[in-house]
Amino acid sequence: MHIVLTVVGKDRVGIIAKVSTLLAASGVNILNINQNILDGFFNMFLTGDMSNATIPLKELQAKAVALGEELGVEIRLQSEEIFAAMHKI
Amino acid sequence: MPYNLKDVLETTQMITKNNLDVRTITMGISLRDCADNNIDNCAGKIYDKITKTAQNLVKTGEDLEKELGVPIIHKRISVTPIAMVGESCEADSYVKLAAAMDKAAKAVGVNFIGGFSALVQKGATKGDNILINSIPEALATTDLVCSSVAIGSTKAGLNMDAVKKMGQIVKETARLTADKDALGCAKLVVFCNPVQDNPFMAGAFHGVEEPESVINVGVSGPGVVKYALEAVRGQDIGAVAETIKKTAFKITRVGQVVAQEAAKRLNTQFGIIDLSLAPTPAVGDSVAHILEEIGLECCGGPGTTAALALLNDAVKKGGLMASSYVGGLSGAFIPVSEDAGMIHAAEVGCLTLEKLEAMTCVCSVGLDMIAIPGDTTAATISAIMADEAAIGMINNKTTAVRLIPVPGKKVGDKVEFGGLLGYAPIMKVNTSKAETFINRGGRIPAPVRSLTN
Repeated sequence: MHIVLTVVGKDRVGIIAKVSTLLAASGVNILNINQNILDGFFNMFLTGDMSNATIPLKELQAKAVALGEELGVEIRLQSEEIFAAMHKI
Repeated sequence: MPYNLKDVLETTQMITKNNLDVRTITMGISLRDCADNNIDNCAGKIYDKITKTAQNLVKTGEDLEKELGVPIIHKRISVTPIAMVGESCEADSYVKLAAAMDKAAKAVGVNFIGGFSALVQKGATKGDNILINSIPEALATTDLVCSSVAIGSTKAGLNMDAVKKMGQIVKETARLTADKDALGCAKLVVFCNPVQDNPFMAGAFHGVEEPESVINVGVSGPGVVKYALEAVRGQDIGAVAETIKKTAFKITRVGQVVAQEAAKRLNTQFGIIDLSLAPTPAVGDSVAHILEEIGLECCGGPGTTAALALLNDAVKKGGLMASSYVGGLSGAFIPVSEDAGMIHAAEVGCLTLEKLEAMTCVCSVGLDMIAIPGDTTAATISAIMADEAAIGMINNKTTAVRLIPVPGKKVGDKVEFGGLLGYAPIMKVNTSKAETFINRGGRIPAPVRSLTN
């Protein structure tokens, strides 16, 4: 399964480093990263491949939310499906 | 990759800020194999069939909500109209069957169960009559059971005997649930041209032509449409229609993903997506506010019917493209107590019962969740039902009536139903008498389908 992870919030040093460390530790392969700063806010989404993940999605979601709280940003992690469905005819 | 950062942020915002959700995953279950001449055996079969078929429904819904990151508000069940299931029973009341439905619904953890229903568009059988007479007690003694009665159709005309009867049933249901502001009436719908695959309550039932079990999904998202329209302020009305269409497409795609995946995991058939824009009492989830965003000062004022017609049509056009199987009621809902903007418009006197009736000519579904004075007579309620059903019959569309005559309350008072059912001001009803008309009984003949002027 492919996942989409989004990060929105105030920019700071090390967001990408922390997020990618979490994913690496969970066996998630990053396929694509897209990031920029909009109106002073950090916006990022990345897609990842869960097929060799070492933990289930629910557990990873909980870890991602906790990491977001630690970094002071909002992190959401979900299946890629609704993004693909919504923006593709 | 089919989407970019802007797309991803848009989707995320729809969910986190604009109340995009899947309103309901409704599992339709056939109870045609539950008939028995002993009502206790029949009730047992109903309980067993529902709890077996729907045992994983709620968990699947919760799993999908988590994985896909989109809220799924309700999980519901609809069943074969109980009048048909109970007809073989040697009993003079089907309240026990409603109790079995309620117990089963609680056992599997769903929010509502619909199908305590009878289809009497042209006339009633023995079972239909027993069911209709059981409705007040069934709704007063259960928590999750919803009931509906079809009293007319374009092909059959209107069954005015049933219309007369249903006015009395609504009054009796109000009386038996008077301690809860007539909550029983919030779970009772009278239909013209009912649909067999509707996932929405209180009118959901599992039609006789439906499979053994099926998954139907109702999407929502008035807040998303309202937000999208804020970007085209000042532009011509074509831009409004186009924006609604595009937004409806996106909303419906989410429903499609949820429905297909739910059906797969529950090992059942995917039925339909219902394209309805279903409001909730929450701020930012209102159909009335969409109409006001289009340019009306207050919902219910001049221009409301035209704006609603545009909204309803554009939702369908956008949604149809997004799903292979569309059905149910599919349109914009205007339930008064469940929509913050409608509640406000009714409170300030801009939205009247008569204007709501006009609005139902161009949208889904009918006079819905309207609290009226407790002293409104059964004949007046029947006459309002007949008017609304006539609109459905002549225009070949589904119309419904869900009126709540709240005992002891009068115009200006408020009632609180709680949860998704919301709260409502008591609306004024025209008290001109209709007894002589309603007491005639009989049938209004099916209408001519040509010479449509």
